[in-house]
Amino acid sequence: MSQPFRLNKEGLINRNKKISFTFNGKKLFGYEGDTIASALIANGIHLVGRSFKYHRPRGFFGAGVEEPNAKLQVEFNGHSEPNVNATEMELVEGLSATSQNCWPSVNFDIGAINNFLKMFFPAGFYYKTFMWPKSFWYKIYEPFIRKAAGLGVASIEKDKERYEHKFEYCDLLVTGSGPSGLASAYAAAKNGAKVILAEDKPRFGGTLLTDDVSIDNLSGKDWAEKIISELKSMPNVTVKNRSQVFGYYDHNMLVMFERVSDHLEKKSKFTPRQRLWYIRAKETILSTGSIERPIVFGNNDTPGIFLSAAAKEYMKVYGVLVGKKPLIFTNNDSAYETALEFKKNNVEPIILDTREEHSSELIDEAKSKGIDIRFSHGVIVANGYKKVKSAKIGKLNKDKNSFEKIETVDCDCICVSGFWTPSVHLASQSGNKLKYEEKIDAFIPDKKKQHETSVGAANGSFTLEESLKNGFENGSNLSAKITDTKAEIAIPNVNEKKYGAHDKFWCMPLPKNENPKRFVDFQNDVSVSDIEIALREGYRSIEHVKRYTTLGMATDQGRTSNLNGLQLVSNIENKIVPEVGHTTFRPPFTPITIGTIVGREVGMEYMPTRKTPMHEWHEKNNAVFVDAGAWKRPRYYKQGNETLFEASKREAKNVRENVGICDVTTLGKIDIKGPDAAEFLNRVYTNAWMKLPVGKARYGLMLREDGIVMDDGTTTRISENHYHMTTTTAQAANVLSHLEYYLQIVWPELNVNVVSTTEQWAGAAIAGPKSRDMLSKLYPDLDVSNDALPFMGYKEADFFGVPSRIFRISFSGELAYEINVKSDHGMFMWEKMMEVGKEFGNQPYGTEALSTLRIEMGHVAGPELDGRTIPSDVSLNGLVSKKKDFIGKNSLGREAFNVESRQKIVGLIPIDRKSSIPEGSHIVQDQNAKLPNPKLGHVSSSCWSVENNNPFSLAIMKDGKNMIGKKFFAVSPLKNKSIEVEVISSHYVDPEGKRVRS
Amino acid sequence: MLYIKCPYCGLRAQKEFSYGGDATVKRPNINEEVSSEDWDNFVYMRKSPRGKHIELWQHIAGCRQWIKVQRDTATHEIFQTAKVTEEIR
Ligand SMILES: [Zn+2]
Repeated sequence: MSQPFRLNKEGLINRNKKISFTFNGKKLFGYEGDTIASALIANGIHLVGRSFKYHRPRGFFGAGVEEPNAKLQVEFNGHSEPNVNATEMELVEGLSATSQNCWPSVNFDIGAINNFLKMFFPAGFYYKTFMWPKSFWYKIYEPFIRKAAGLGVASIEKDKERYEHKFEYCDLLVTGSGPSGLASAYAAAKNGAKVILAEDKPRFGGTLLTDDVSIDNLSGKDWAEKIISELKSMPNVTVKNRSQVFGYYDHNMLVMFERVSDHLEKKSKFTPRQRLWYIRAKETILSTGSIERPIVFGNNDTPGIFLSAAAKEYMKVYGVLVGKKPLIFTNNDSAYETALEFKKNNVEPIILDTREEHSSELIDEAKSKGIDIRFSHGVIVANGYKKVKSAKIGKLNKDKNSFEKIETVDCDCICVSGFWTPSVHLASQSGNKLKYEEKIDAFIPDKKKQHETSVGAANGSFTLEESLKNGFENGSNLSAKITDTKAEIAIPNVNEKKYGAHDKFWCMPLPKNENPKRFVDFQNDVSVSDIEIALREGYRSIEHVKRYTTLGMATDQGRTSNLNGLQLVSNIENKIVPEVGHTTFRPPFTPITIGTIVGREVGMEYMPTRKTPMHEWHEKNNAVFVDAGAWKRPRYYKQGNETLFEASKREAKNVRENVGICDVTTLGKIDIKGPDAAEFLNRVYTNAWMKLPVGKARYGLMLREDGIVMDDGTTTRISENHYHMTTTTAQAANVLSHLEYYLQIVWPELNVNVVSTTEQWAGAAIAGPKSRDMLSKLYPDLDVSNDALPFMGYKEADFFGVPSRIFRISFSGELAYEINVKSDHGMFMWEKMMEVGKEFGNQPYGTEALSTLRIEMGHVAGPELDGRTIPSDVSLNGLVSKKKDFIGKNSLGREAFNVESRQKIVGLIPIDRKSSIPEGSHIVQDQNAKLPNPKLGHVSSSCWSVENNNPFSLAIMKDGKNMIGKKFFAVSPLKNKSIEVEVISSHYVDPEGKRVRS
Repeated sequence: MLYIKCPYCGLRAQKEFSYGGDATVKRPNINEEVSSEDWDNFVYMRKSPRGKHIELWQHIAGCRQWIKVQRDTATHEIFQTAKVTEEIR
């Protein structure tokens, strides 16, 4: 159980706690505080995956968020997750990780043949090759590519984890806890500001954990710990580790992804796995630091090649050596720190520095420690397939384009440093147009569009002293504007090594006749030659080059490749980098789980469920529910083995023959009050409302301003200045907004108030020829005769001790009433109705029977009022007043609404009187006509007419009024049906409307 | 997500509001003759400016008041909000 690459003492891991895990089936162990990457490297494992296009062996390259290669399929805590970044995922007991993008195994991968056929995989390969012939794409190319390539596999199991969303507000959000972030947060906290400090990694401190510096005579790490513990003790500060701010949106809204419990072995049932924070910050400090960029050379993707800062982090944080025979390849001083760290751990590095011999504080120190430094040198090509074995190195001539000397040296790892790139993603997302800073060969933030301020390395200042000063000042100034307090803060004394100037060198030339792949983008396998091809083929815009080569388009968003790609383009094009420009940075900065985005809004919590007060009764009586918006409505009440068709037929028939009751609570209800209420209704509805007496209801139709029917319903005058409006279930919210719009904006002079009362009333419709008999039993003291309570009449009466409203209105076309009681009494009312109704053969009926009843009566509803019909289309022009003005009236005169052949509602019956006509069918003259077959109309609603015992449908048909008696075909390609139909009147039952008035 | 200052309730998240279009469009008076052209302009014709735009929003999940918002359609910057009875200049 020894770990050959683990140092004895170094690191911040907990050596008292061993953690066992598996990698590709092999049992291994690491320590608490390890990442999967550090534990694997400690075990000497570097081959972790295969590359996307060529299936080349790949190993670890970074130590954190910058990692392009090490994406694993990881199973832990009972779930499986693809594309997990091995350099970020903390080790937990029992975790099992497997390589992705390799088949059949990471050691023997069939796709690696692509590597030897690489002439077939140049830039634009997917565009060019697989586009022809088209049919091959679906059947041959795509399935093969999916199997051979692709990233991990998403689990098809239901995610049992809990995810949460949190909304937070603060004065200052600080993104990153390196020196400048800590300083900013500290200064702002001292000013009394409400501060949130977010750190992506488990440990706070950023580069302070790995740099050899001291602050006020404390080591960087100790100083960071001191500041963090002080911040944690302050009530106005929230400090969060394992939290990545990944998106910067409008109006200073930032979104943060917190890994709450992925690193925990045990957690309570209600501990979320991850949490999404929506943070509205008054000011934001972007202290996101910088990412080291590589130098490009031959086979630079071989396992064992690392960024030099990552190699240092593995030693200092995890106590792990990435190799025992390191080559350090650099164009700047920072890699010397890595070399010195190796040396401290008794490993002898060789430094290859592209710069000519010179001296600096760090170079001198390395020299004095006896480290082998070779100036004007670089790595030409790495040798070794699954792991670096040696490297061909070259001494560069003065022009740095050719070699004075080439030799091969043995090594087991190469640590490369091509200088530092500020992480400007969040600044760019906020709308900040970046500017190119020649001094560091990279982009830094320019003019602000939102309240963001980049500090420290994220702003291009790479010394600790500057970063701290920057942080303290900005944190203090920004928060002082908000809190009006400015606390005195002493800027600490800093001890750090001075860096010399870096070399503007980013890509090794190749000797003649050698052509190894030199990768720019590891994750998407984009090499120097791919970019050269794209430019040769005429791509100029960097956005086009990006899409053609897929440079920077992988999940790492080109963190290590963007600038080298730009350098290459600018070299070939002979332009300076700022002329080439950069591609757009978009959220999320790092991949986040779908579960976090969804949060708690899954299953029953996806949206609220609205239940009527009678819901429990429906449930107990075998109701099968249907969703009507958020409402649950009984669709039918199942008896025995009945099907939907049988049950709805029984229920509808019973209404036509006896009496039935239907829960109509879901209808929208709006209370309208005020002296101008009648005038308002008169403007809102197409028909006349000025003369409706108190105690009477009226059917009304409302239009949009463009003349299209918006909604229909009945409105009752409860008292002089008080009306009760009903809307369809679906349009309730829209109608309320519509009324508010006219009252608040268009006609504020009208003294009217509207308020939704949908939730206040429970409603039940009693329909059928025996409904009056039943009503008289429900109201024994009330005269319910046709004279006393006529059609469209209204009464308020006592319902077994409960106040109630009785409306004589009908949707079913039968003699019918609608009773409303306060919601709390809904269940009482319903049960009483069931009890009293027994002797009349009363049965409850659901929405399916309700539809049947209204369809065969030719009453229009949602499917006919579909946002495309005007009143005359649905035979409601009788309700359109010619005498008064109303919303939408002026539009009804439009030419297209008044042509002779204008669409109109009709009825359809199948010639065979048996075949049901699918809703949505098209009406055509000739069922065999060539496509596109001219469409004459469409079937909007279908039912089985219980009155006539055959199918019946409503349709909206061109020139409908002249089509009665003609025969057509209703075709439904979806159901593969074609039914010969005859056009008849839409009023199939009781066309004179006698029953409702009986 | 926008942060909109309701003149009645204060700063609230965008998800509490619903959008209501150009606030400068005036409906022709009721019961008055209107030319087809004026009517069509009112119903259909809208400018789609890049830049400052005065528009209506309704605070549906709050006080239910319709309000005026002056917003930059390109940057989403909000310059001013007001009650519908107030002028935005
Ligand atoms: Zn409000």
